[in-house]
Amino acid sequence: MVDVGKLFSILITTILVENFVLVKFLGCCPFLGVSKKTSTALAMGMAVTFVMALASAMTWLVNTYILVPFDLQYLQTIAFILVIAALVQIVEMAIMKLSPPLYASLGIYLPLITTNCAVLGVAILNVQKDYGFIESVVSGIAAALSFTLAIWLFAGVRERLENSKIPSFMKGMPIALVSAGLIAMAFLGFAGMKL
Amino acid sequence: MKAFFKKMIQENPVFVLLLGMCPTLGTSTSVVNGLGMGLSATLVLICSNFFISILRKFIPDKIRIASYIVIIAGFVTAVEMVLKAYLPEISESLGVFIPLIVVNCIILARAESFASKNTPGKSAVDGLCMGLGFTVALVILSAIRELLGNGTLAGVSVLGANYPKAIMMILPPGGFIVLGIVLGVIQAMRTKGGTKHG
Repeated sequence: MVDVGKLFSILITTILVENFVLVKFLGCCPFLGVSKKTSTALAMGMAVTFVMALASAMTWLVNTYILVPFDLQYLQTIAFILVIAALVQIVEMAIMKLSPPLYASLGIYLPLITTNCAVLGVAILNVQKDYGFIESVVSGIAAALSFTLAIWLFAGVRERLENSKIPSFMKGMPIALVSAGLIAMAFLGFAGMKL
Repeated sequence: MKAFFKKMIQENPVFVLLLGMCPTLGTSTSVVNGLGMGLSATLVLICSNFFISILRKFIPDKIRIASYIVIIAGFVTAVEMVLKAYLPEISESLGVFIPLIVVNCIILARAESFASKNTPGKSAVDGLCMGLGFTVALVILSAIRELLGNGTLAGVSVLGANYPKAIMMILPPGGFIVLGIVLGVIQAMRTKGGTKHG
């Protein structure tokens, strides 16, 4: 039986209250690296959503049907990272064959996703929280959406920063990080909301 | 020795190369956490650099990244188990960031750009330099955050009990803001030094 209320609460909690990037600091590298333009940020977000939903499902299956029955939980980190790396590779090949235009727009971001710690992070957190299959997938999608939301907002801010006057020593990364801090502060407003 | 410090400071993975941001921001809430994270990553970095360098002639080029990740993940698992057994408190407070050392870009970047081309001895030293650079950066950031946010350093009260704690510094926004300001200060020092020499 699927408890829709619980799924909804996972969705809202992961996207707003415990935003993966701005509250949990998972996926900061692409968040800081690929956020110069809103369009590329959105493309990256979409690629991540796709991979994270699949990865959550796959790692749940691997954990429940391979690691737990054979008492191999200590291999969790290795098993999960291999599943994710293989998955990213397969997704890349599939998109290349099935939809060249999509590949042209997402292709360069896919290899980067393997080292996006949010993907491995969500897989490990799903196990820690004892989620079932559907809950895991929903939490994966929610985590990816929270990443997309954060990177999209941040890219918007950075686009504005391009044209503003900034003291020379704060130009580039420093001012970007401080503005990320301000966005994170806004998200702190959701903290304490229990669903 | 000079080259050692040069690598640690001028090629500092966090402040100069901007790699490994997630653990930097996530675990720099207190000096103990920062130090624990930095040293764990250093250990993994030395071991993985050493072994990747030994195996560099055997690993086929096409699957090298996957092989590196497996080697790194192996050492991360070992470190994770050691921490859980001997330092359960640190293991608890670092939480998910310990397994996430696997995807720390610093380690993969050093494997790809250094260990795959150099001898095991040199690679291990490179791992040590980079790891210590990472640790130094984490300790600086976490010291600022802990001092401002809690009035303590490594758990010892420094600013007294009456210090109005700026909890914001320990919370996530503080991480971004402190790192941004530290990077700004470094940028200012570099441009100043540049004009002096030029």
